[in-house]
Amino acid sequence: MADAPLNSAAPSADAVPRSLLDHALSLRWSLPLLALLLLFPWLAPLIGGDFYLGLAARILIFALAASSLNLILGFGGMVSFGHAAFIGVGAYTVGVLAQAGISSAWVVWPVAMGVTALFALVIGAISLRTQGVYFIMITLAFAQMLYYLAVSNKAYGGDDGLSLPGRSIAGFGLDLADDRTFYYVTLFLVVLAFVLMWRLLNARFGHTLQAIRENETRMEAIGFPVYRFKLIAFSMAGALAGLAGVLLANLSSFVSPSMMQWNQSGLLMVMVILGGVGHLWGGVIGAVVFLLLEEVLSHYTIYWQFLLGAVLLAVVLAAPNGLMSLLQRKGRA
Amino acid sequence: MSAALLRVDHLVKRFGGLVATDRAQLKVHQGEIHALIGPNGAGKTTLIQQLSGALAPDAGHIVFDGADITSLSMHERVHRGLARSYQITSIFKRLPVLDNLALALQARQGSSLRFWRAARTEVQRYAQAAVVAERVGLDGQLQQVAGALSHGQQRQLEVGIALATGAKLLLLDEPMAGMGAEESERMVTLLQSLRGECTLLLVEHDMDAVFRLADTISVLVAGRVIASGAPQQIRLHPEVRRAYLGDDFEPTEVDA
Repeated sequence: MADAPLNSAAPSADAVPRSLLDHALSLRWSLPLLALLLLFPWLAPLIGGDFYLGLAARILIFALAASSLNLILGFGGMVSFGHAAFIGVGAYTVGVLAQAGISSAWVVWPVAMGVTALFALVIGAISLRTQGVYFIMITLAFAQMLYYLAVSNKAYGGDDGLSLPGRSIAGFGLDLADDRTFYYVTLFLVVLAFVLMWRLLNARFGHTLQAIRENETRMEAIGFPVYRFKLIAFSMAGALAGLAGVLLANLSSFVSPSMMQWNQSGLLMVMVILGGVGHLWGGVIGAVVFLLLEEVLSHYTIYWQFLLGAVLLAVVLAAPNGLMSLLQRKGRA
Repeated sequence: MSAALLRVDHLVKRFGGLVATDRAQLKVHQGEIHALIGPNGAGKTTLIQQLSGALAPDAGHIVFDGADITSLSMHERVHRGLARSYQITSIFKRLPVLDNLALALQARQGSSLRFWRAARTEVQRYAQAAVVAERVGLDGQLQQVAGALSHGQQRQLEVGIALATGAKLLLLDEPMAGMGAEESERMVTLLQSLRGECTLLLVEHDMDAVFRLADTISVLVAGRVIASGAPQQIRLHPEVRRAYLGDDFEPTEVDA
């Protein structure tokens, strides 16, 4: 593990460059954050009980979803406006399998991720042949197709959504129905996915992906099959969003078409932009700040969306590259 | 005569009613510096686009290193040893010189489908990138972000990236574009130094440079190669003089 940049201050050989291709895990504050998250189930009762445990799980899930979008949007330069579709596919796979009587997490969760990766592969294979605004529109179109499919499919709840009999069964003494256990399983998977993304971005694949974002034409001209690399990244991001969908479906034991509506895709984009497009921590910070703001503001006023908009506006004006860029600028000063 | 490394056979490219490449014929021999000249709009860049795989020809064949590559994609051609540089500088502006070159090396050295091992551990690849940087005269700028280099240095990096792909044949699209006298001089020296290392097919407007560098010159007019031969032959070719060089053209004499 020591071969990847853990901290921005890590020493490196003179002959190896440091550039925006490098992404530090910043242990200085990510370890305390992890410790806080590990202790949270004991802290939650002090501030108001189990409700906050559910909120924390929800924030973690959205941190995963937003990070998976950041992988293609921020690091691959693919502005996908249909990312919520993959959350929906993951969630619906859980719902459909539950109706068929299959509820083992060891079967359902990997299958759901696989199905989502397959959807992303097909959607990506078509969408990635287009560029710019057309790519945005075509990904949106695919997501809306899936949304209307879910709305019109009465066998799986249609418009009303689908209630699950309960959370998936994990066995091995892990009772996912227990909120605390579910929280820890969620935390484990989100951290695992995050570490994987960190490794990937600092590996050859990540360098390739980011260089494609920087100059796609030149990447093709030095011998990279650009389309193939983008498609692989798109499918992986889809699979990770699928995992977020699996967790979200389990969190509330409920699946609904609204999970994949276009405004959910917009929400994920706002989180990424808020946190920092192309920053390792962008998706996480964006999800945490957005959902906490929503929670706090909606406590005080029913016009919370207005206030949230004002806060987002202020952030975008003060830090056009997201909150992470603000932190980094401070760090360098 | 040695076998041609690149053979262009009756290549045709039409844009609507315009025939941009009109049954073009061209042979580039192993090891030579071959210059492609012609007036503006003659179709030089269109031809380069087809050779590199950015544009598909409507008819004809491109044979490289003994194989027909007409239907291969750009990255497949690069892997066979045919790489290009751009007339309008196309580099990774936000990345340092070393990253620019190391990416080109990465393309040909093993798979880039590596998801776990940190790329920065490949110390050898960065050392090789530094060697290429030195080759193109950028050894003092290894950690410099490419966008902050001078225009001349960016053009050197442009050639360096193509060189780092390990190409047998480099297609250089106006390497001296927009350069001052001193920068041009440096580029001529650089291209001279590549002689023997790889074959060059060079599109260039700087006639002085062309006549100093080229072993063979081909003249493209209205999509057709009207003449191909040693600089001395081209200089005296009546059709070329009429079509392009102008009757009063006298390039600076340089002893070979």
